[in-house]
Amino acid sequence: MRLPSVFSGLLEPLLGSLGGLAMLAWETACSIARGRVRVWLTLRQIAEVGFGSQLVVVVTGAFTGAVFTAQAYFQFASLNMETAVGPVVALSMFRELGPALTGLMVAGRVGAAMTAEIGTMKVTQQIDALRALAVNPVDYLVVPRALAMFVSMPLLVVECVGLGVLASYYVGVHVLAINGVYFFANVQKFTEGSDIMMSLIKGFVFGGLIVFISCREGLCAKDGAVGVGRATTATVVTSSLAILIANFFLTMALNILFPAGQR
Amino acid sequence: MTEPLIHVRDLVQRIGSQEILRGLTLDLFPGETLVLLGKSGGGKSVFLRHLIGLMRPVSGSIVFEGQEITALKERDLEPVRRKIGMLFQDGALFDSMNVFDNVAFPLRERGEKQTSAVREKVAQALAMVNMGGHDRKMPVNLSGGMRKRVALARAIISPPDVILYDEPTAGLDPIVSDSINRLIRHLQRRLSVTSLVVTHDLVSCNHIADRVALLDDGRIRFLGTPADLRETRDPVVRDFVDGRSGETVY
Repeated sequence: MRLPSVFSGLLEPLLGSLGGLAMLAWETACSIARGRVRVWLTLRQIAEVGFGSQLVVVVTGAFTGAVFTAQAYFQFASLNMETAVGPVVALSMFRELGPALTGLMVAGRVGAAMTAEIGTMKVTQQIDALRALAVNPVDYLVVPRALAMFVSMPLLVVECVGLGVLASYYVGVHVLAINGVYFFANVQKFTEGSDIMMSLIKGFVFGGLIVFISCREGLCAKDGAVGVGRATTATVVTSSLAILIANFFLTMALNILFPAGQR
Repeated sequence: MTEPLIHVRDLVQRIGSQEILRGLTLDLFPGETLVLLGKSGGGKSVFLRHLIGLMRPVSGSIVFEGQEITALKERDLEPVRRKIGMLFQDGALFDSMNVFDNVAFPLRERGEKQTSAVREKVAQALAMVNMGGHDRKMPVNLSGGMRKRVALARAIISPPDVILYDEPTAGLDPIVSDSINRLIRHLQRRLSVTSLVVTHDLVSCNHIADRVALLDDGRIRFLGTPADLRETRDPVVRDFVDGRSGETVY
């Protein structure tokens, strides 16, 4: 493939999307800095993003912790290292699984809904109506969603991790008969505040990725119902990939700030 | 002579490879109702969207109250948009809000906090468009004509200087169309607003127009009074007025 065709076929749309996302994030930051925040809409979005995601986050966290504990126990038991199951699960939940899985679940539940709602508004001229009524769509639609996501995502990640560790304790101690005192003591010994910080930072970044990708896809939707469907699919796929890719780079970068294995 | 309120010069717009507007020039004077006729897909709605900054032209100028608006940034257009109301073809009501909240939206966005004042103004606006008593209904439960009426109430609740109507009678039966036409006339008299009505409905045109323009091939082909339109000998305008497609009968 020649370079110009690579550029027009792959790089150009990618750079266009990244540029669009950066512009939307910048415009949102400027709106927030200028105080164009609609408190009531933000609270409604917090309820939608945070409260509405309880079931998926609870189930995801609890069952991931439970299954990971069982699998780790089956491997570690042959080495007589059952009491290491707790810290392995806890560290994995804090540093990787909790934020990534919460991000993926929220992208599927909330991100898709945001794109569908904004996209439908776009193709039915409701966003044009907003603009015609002298209301900036970024102020009205993106800012409340972004603020709600930045508030809710770190809390959802903490909830997912907490339930994962609790489920791990329950399965490890009550089902697989790991000594509860050792389990708890090892979790305490090997997890630190920096692990929680890592969770929160990742949750914050993933929340940003989800909300800007979702809102941009919605704002750019065209071609009626088919276009909204296409935008919604694009949101879930793009957000999920962005979370997985960003997770790797965040892990590498945050490991410099909060090195693992230094205890 | 009165200065035009909106002054459009040599407006050009392309969508893809198609040139929609090819140097459109038109003036809109204060207090008048100008009806813009033209074939479906001829660029009438596209032109209307330029007047409120929803689209930017490739070239040409639009001057509103002495200010060139084509180069204004999105946020700088807000003061202009507060003076221009627009009725979209399908109403473009916010489907997550009921009728009351849709109509109250511009007031609340402009900082009206007092619930009683909002309620009173919404009731007045809805009464003006004969939609009193429907304020708790959701847009999805309204007919096409009702949606347009509610959208009109939303457009006039903070009385604008200009109202742009995009196909206000399209898809409505003759009775509802007539009531919308009467409403447009009534609003013009009562609020003294300048109106630009995009339509291809000649009955509506005869009912409401002070002046008529016909858009053809991206330019204004005819400009005059409704009486001038009826008497014109321009073959293109005649075909439109008489409803002749010029195609062979199969």
